[in-house]
Amino acid sequence: MYAQLVKTAGTGVKTREEMSDEERNFQDRVDRDEKIEPKDWMPDDYRATLIRQIGQHAHSEIVGQLPEGNWITRAPTLERKAILLAKVQDEAGHGLYLYCAAETLGVTRDELTEELLSGRMKYSSIFNYPTLNWADIGAVGWLVDGAAIMNQVPLQRTSYGPYSRAMIRICKEESFHQRQGYDIMMKMAQGSDAQRRMAQDALNRFWYPSLMMFGPSDKDSVHSAQSLAWKIKIDTNDELRQRFVDQTVPQAKYLGLTIPDENLKWNEERGAHDFSEPDWAEFFNVIKGKGPCNVDRMDARVAAWEDGAWVRDGLLAHARKKSATRTAAE
Amino acid sequence: MSKEWPLWEVFIRGQHGLSHRHVGSLHAPDAEMAIKNARDVYTRRNEGVSIWVVEAQHIAASSPEEKGPLYEPSNSKVYRHPTFFDIPEEVGHM
Ligand SMILES: [Fe+2]
Ligand SMILES: [Fe+2]
Ligand SMILES: [Fe+2]
Repeated sequence: MYAQLVKTAGTGVKTREEMSDEERNFQDRVDRDEKIEPKDWMPDDYRATLIRQIGQHAHSEIVGQLPEGNWITRAPTLERKAILLAKVQDEAGHGLYLYCAAETLGVTRDELTEELLSGRMKYSSIFNYPTLNWADIGAVGWLVDGAAIMNQVPLQRTSYGPYSRAMIRICKEESFHQRQGYDIMMKMAQGSDAQRRMAQDALNRFWYPSLMMFGPSDKDSVHSAQSLAWKIKIDTNDELRQRFVDQTVPQAKYLGLTIPDENLKWNEERGAHDFSEPDWAEFFNVIKGKGPCNVDRMDARVAAWEDGAWVRDGLLAHARKKSATRTAAE
Repeated sequence: MSKEWPLWEVFIRGQHGLSHRHVGSLHAPDAEMAIKNARDVYTRRNEGVSIWVVEAQHIAASSPEEKGPLYEPSNSKVYRHPTFFDIPEEVGHM
């Protein structure tokens, strides 16, 4: 989801016989639910996969500020503006917690930033869709943060200590995000006809992109099998997507809004909803950079990095000068 | 020379008189900015009343390989726990 297409390094799950002593010992620790900490021995592929996954997650939090930031200056009331500002500020924090977790694996912050800005590392496809009006801000909080929570709650139990701790912090803050979004949707859905139409339109546009957040089916993927064995992935993409649909259906019903899927129906036998898959061709297109807002998002990140260079450099120069005078005085 | 701001570890003391606890890390050019950033990143919901920051490179840490020599000696000293001693019930709470 926030990390949708993380290709696990390596060739798939090894049998116990194929494992070295170190690998076996490591897998036993993971199986016992012991946390792996930065200085502990870990397979190179575990480290590489985690850097990709946590990095992608961090980038998503950071780029994810842009679609909502778009509406801070135009929020309908001062209260909504303060709430949205707090929400977006949280997302910045989420990005920072995650970058720090990735850095414990031996990658630097500048390297991660460089990978994002050059397009080598990805962020979630969802943030390449535009937020056209205020109802979209409701839909984003309700659906996008809702899908994020679905993915992040199980990841609190992930095997890598720093990642797990970042997830625990993030999850504590996340439910405010979804609730403020749903609160906007309630206001709109109970408002004038025009507001209801806006709410329905926002749901129509964000439904399938939200389902895409979990990534394509990975039930047959050897990469996912390895990530599951390492407990850096806890559920399959399909399991999470199903859970999300089942949770969201009654919420949409309460709002009196219609989920834009003719095939959506309760399946008694499975005890779950049947629903239509999103258009995966569209998903891969967005991932490749051809979504509606990819160029805007990257331009905004590059500009922020370049325009901020003189501040970063100036503060560092000042700090070095101060510490040099201090050392000279001693 | 790298132009990346150094990494700082952040410790926060909560409301109820507990010790400072490690909450995470961040980058900042100097201690003053590290505290300001820690305020924004780690105390947005009243999590603390006091912040310590220390540059990560100044922290010395034990290594996982030393686990045996460091912690095993305490395994055999069960008498350090009060439950090691049986106190007759008539004596009352102790
Ligand atoms: Fe988010
Ligand atoms: Fe977040
Ligand atoms: Fe969020």
